[in-house]
Amino acid sequence: MSKSYNDKVYNHSPKRPLLFNCLRAFFVGGSICLFGQGISFFYMYFFDFTEQTAGDPTVSTLIFLTMIVTGFGHYDKIAQFAGAGTAVPVTGFGNAVISAAIEHKSEGFVQGVGGNMFKLAGSVILFGVFSAFLITIIKTLLLELGVIG
Amino acid sequence: MKVSRQSWQFENTPSIRSSATTAGPFEAKSKIAHKIDLLYRDLYMEQSSYEKGHQRMIEDAVNILLRKEKQTKDAIDLFISGDLINQMTPTNFAATKHSIPFIGLFNACATTVGSLALSAALINAQLAESIITGGSSHYAAVEKQFRYPNEYGAQKPPTSQWTVTGAGFGLISHQKGDAIINRATIGKIADYKQTDPFNMGAAMAPAAYDTITTHLKDFGLSLTDYDVIVTGDLGQIGQAILFDMLEDNGFAIDRSTFIDCGLSIYNDDQNVFAGGSGSGCSSLYLYSHLLDMIRSNEISQCLMIGTGALLSPLSALQKQTIPAIAHAVSIKGASL
Repeated sequence: MSKSYNDKVYNHSPKRPLLFNCLRAFFVGGSICLFGQGISFFYMYFFDFTEQTAGDPTVSTLIFLTMIVTGFGHYDKIAQFAGAGTAVPVTGFGNAVISAAIEHKSEGFVQGVGGNMFKLAGSVILFGVFSAFLITIIKTLLLELGVIG
Repeated sequence: MKVSRQSWQFENTPSIRSSATTAGPFEAKSKIAHKIDLLYRDLYMEQSSYEKGHQRMIEDAVNILLRKEKQTKDAIDLFISGDLINQMTPTNFAATKHSIPFIGLFNACATTVGSLALSAALINAQLAESIITGGSSHYAAVEKQFRYPNEYGAQKPPTSQWTVTGAGFGLISHQKGDAIINRATIGKIADYKQTDPFNMGAAMAPAAYDTITTHLKDFGLSLTDYDVIVTGDLGQIGQAILFDMLEDNGFAIDRSTFIDCGLSIYNDDQNVFAGGSGSGCSSLYLYSHLLDMIRSNEISQCLMIGTGALLSPLSALQKQTIPAIAHAVSIKGASL
């Protein structure tokens, strides 16, 4: 019964257009990165930044722009179109933090904004730091064992 | 009168005397916008939060209803309603303001029809003379609580549904009106082990199937005894599954007699994925468009089935299945 019902559900549920979604994610995500690269060059060319140090102001600029797009209520619409294309770049992280802060403002600054701002982004930070830790251990081991130089 | 364990027949003609609806800005662009009494310019409804906006929608709808009937709230015996927000605070706060004896009822999106069935039963049993009943939901308030909000930058799959921002209420009275509730069937929970909160139609279809077939069996009716069979918010997928289940079990169905509120509110160019949903979905459609069709004799007898997916954000994250419920009421025109 349950299996045949699940078949019915599967047959009637429209599938996510995977290929199309991938293409859209690729082009929108790629465009954001291209734009970010442009910002990097801008900081290197007009200000005293090197390739290594231009990352910080680039990320800040992108997040600032995201804040404006999210605040005016457009990021979610772009995200529905672009999927991973807007979720994976730093703008996606920015949007997750900013939209949660806006949404939970009604519950006050401490428990509302403060407590919910990292509702989704908290996981990204936690697992980001944890994977960095694991990779560092692996790299250190490989260095000690002389596998890599 | 009790017909069976699940079904009631009403002899004392409990009637929907009048109704009032309020809805949000997205619904203002919908197919049924011209039938809605009050449309708001934005989702805040001039309040400081979405939840307060939600409450405002309910208050306004009830006030409009009282004005239409030239009644004061003291003339109303009971207010039965509910919504989707935690502990149903929008409805509770609205009920505080109106100070009508109140029962909050939660059956998710089946709340509207569940409370209509109960109201009709209470009127029929002469325990009350006039009851205000209905349901409501608010897109942004529900998104904030229930779903992985799109505002966080997640992409919704095509099977997901769009929460209707709307409130619909009816005044049910012992005085015979032009829309009479003559039968009701209370549903049992159907759990077909669905776990995807982005495909609620699939979770709710078996409940709708079970309630419809029980209703027909209990009253010895066939589908053709109703001009239309109206489901609450099965959406595209849920409706397709319901058709399959009915046909697999030997029912000859005329698909043109089935209406799903979730598929009948919005225009084709409003992208609502698999359809509208929420306790405001069935209430908005029933208490505006459907009631108009009954009053104008376009429909003389309809079976209205409210469908609800009884999940919470917690149960979904804990990978619990989605139990579903459906209640049915039969509404007929006065000319029958």
